[in-house]
Amino acid sequence: MSGVSTGSTGGGGSTGGRRDWPLWEVFVRSRRGLSHVHVGSLHAPDAEMALRNGRDLYTRRQEGVSLWVVPASAITASSPDEKDSFFDPAADKIYRHPTFYEVPEGVEHL
Amino acid sequence: MTEHVRYVLALADDVLVASQRLGGWIARAPELEEDVALANIGLDLLGQARSLLTHAGALEGEGRDEDALAYFRDERDFLNVHLVERSHGDFAATMARLLLLSTYLHELWTALLTSTDDTLAAVAAKAVKEVDYHADHARMWVLRLGDGTEESHRRMQAGLEAEWPYAEELFDGSYVDAALLETGVAVDPSTLRERWAGRVVAVVEEATLTVPTSRPAVTGGRRGIHTEEMGYLLAEMQHLARSHPGASW
Repeated sequence: MSGVSTGSTGGGGSTGGRRDWPLWEVFVRSRRGLSHVHVGSLHAPDAEMALRNGRDLYTRRQEGVSLWVVPASAITASSPDEKDSFFDPAADKIYRHPTFYEVPEGVEHL
Repeated sequence: MTEHVRYVLALADDVLVASQRLGGWIARAPELEEDVALANIGLDLLGQARSLLTHAGALEGEGRDEDALAYFRDERDFLNVHLVERSHGDFAATMARLLLLSTYLHELWTALLTSTDDTLAAVAAKAVKEVDYHADHARMWVLRLGDGTEESHRRMQAGLEAEWPYAEELFDGSYVDAALLETGVAVDPSTLRERWAGRVVAVVEEATLTVPTSRPAVTGGRRGIHTEEMGYLLAEMQHLARSHPGASW
């Protein structure tokens, strides 16, 4: 198993000749966070051990209350080569931002 | 030294020495992740040891703090079981030992939650969650190695055989003074054995391993009689503090 299919998230997979444990991406939801946030990656032989390694590596200082692990190989990432065609066209389309509305008086949160 | 102090010291020395042994794995475990896991477990045990040593020093009332008790006692004054002091063997043997030890510690701390010694009860409340995780970590590995490849099964069984004879010393309650049991300070470790065995045997069988039938090893840790390896362990643990008394960083 070798890392994320393209892109650079979490680095590559195995190097060298020996059979390495597969790579897992770790997501932690903090105490007051609403969503799980990617915090890094680790090696583990299977999902259960990946959760425990994640606990030991990424939540030692009370960083989280919930943990996800995802096989890095299951993530399809955008390619750096396609960065221009993927993301640049959004740059000059200001009408996609909700900045053309007058906020009605008395509305505190929108 | 009162029996109360001796009892707390025995509890402290078990986890202190186990912690020192686990530290020997740092940078030597099969993977970086396991280095961190074993270091975390060792540090949990060290935390328990610090609280217990401090408590023992306070009970004794002769001005010895946790450092004095950890670094400036000699081998014959240590009251830990042989299980924790022996060389840690290979990774499988280490996991076998961790399973036997942390399952015992979980039963011990659960029983001490209601100790009439308030400090012991407080340490137990914190420690019981820690050792529950340690036992789980050991269980995960015993299952995987036991029910893994032919080679991992062989080594896991060998590790279990090596550690098993030393577990019995944990349940020898002869070192616990009867008065401490009457007043509810201590628990008789022999009462923990049945639940311990139930849990350990369940893991061993699930891992397709065989429960060893070997006889208990000859031990004497609770009386300060230790194995040859204890001297080397203490030399490594104590030499800095003894060479540079009062050093800090």
